[in-house]
Amino acid sequence: MRDDGEVSTAPAPAEVERPETEGFVLTQVPWVTVVWNDPVNLMSYVSWVFRSYFGHSVRKANKLMRQVHEEGRAVVSDGSREEMERDVEAMHGYGLWATLEKAST
Amino acid sequence: MTTGFHRSRGGGAHAHFEDVEARMVASMAAQIVELLRDGAPAPASRADAGDPLAEAVGLGASGPLPHPDDPVVARLLPDAYLDDAADASDFRRYTEPGLRDRKAANAAAVIASLAEAGTDLAGGLDAPGSVGDSAGVDVELDAAGVDVWLRCLTDVRLALGTRLEVDEDDEVRWELLGDDDPAKAMHDVYDWLGFVQETLLRSLG
Repeated sequence: MRDDGEVSTAPAPAEVERPETEGFVLTQVPWVTVVWNDPVNLMSYVSWVFRSYFGHSVRKANKLMRQVHEEGRAVVSDGSREEMERDVEAMHGYGLWATLEKAST
Repeated sequence: MTTGFHRSRGGGAHAHFEDVEARMVASMAAQIVELLRDGAPAPASRADAGDPLAEAVGLGASGPLPHPDDPVVARLLPDAYLDDAADASDFRRYTEPGLRDRKAANAAAVIASLAEAGTDLAGGLDAPGSVGDSAGVDVELDAAGVDVWLRCLTDVRLALGTRLEVDEDDEVRWELLGDDDPAKAMHDVYDWLGFVQETLLRSLG
């Protein structure tokens, strides 16, 4: 949460909702990479992939891995469509079942 | 029986395999190479020289590629778009040849590391010998080798798991199969490769 020290002037509701949003995000449709659960891949392997490729901590990688396992899917990255295609290709290189889709707002 | 991989001093990992185990891994990796090189799309031809994107990536097929017929290949190279077949096949056009090459190269590197360790690959799986009666081989992996083995073991397990139609919590199904059932033998290999991969992952931690 942003704290700019200005307590006397309340910001407009739109600003409250998206205080850190930069113009880039507003003008481009964001995409996400989704990793899906599959019955073959080892949980320890999926976590290792998230650490190796995204540089996540053990804690964050395990949390994402458990989300994939328990909820059937997890959003693992977001960005431009081109960036997400790169991430999906990388996930396929690791043998993870990944797709990209437009971010739901 | 191998105890799987152990952490090496100075990084990497090492494992001792019985000869039959080493040949098993090599044979599975060879099937991945075969699977991915068979049916690989033709590379972009000169006729596509006008396509700037194809030129920029330096790879890619000569046109959009269909979803693979073989469910095993489809699992190794899944659709990137769930709801848009045209986008999915366009994605394949630019990524599938490279993914096939890299996966096949990983499998070939696994075979090479087994050969380097002294595995008699010419003998194949039918060569005489059983667990415990041979000197076995010692496989040494550096960090890059660990990465390659983890990816290849994954591809082999995905291929076997898809062929066997494994599902989560389906252990009972395999226990009920008779010992002479080929699917049971294949599932034993699948389980064993999972054990080997788990030890390799644990050796990193």
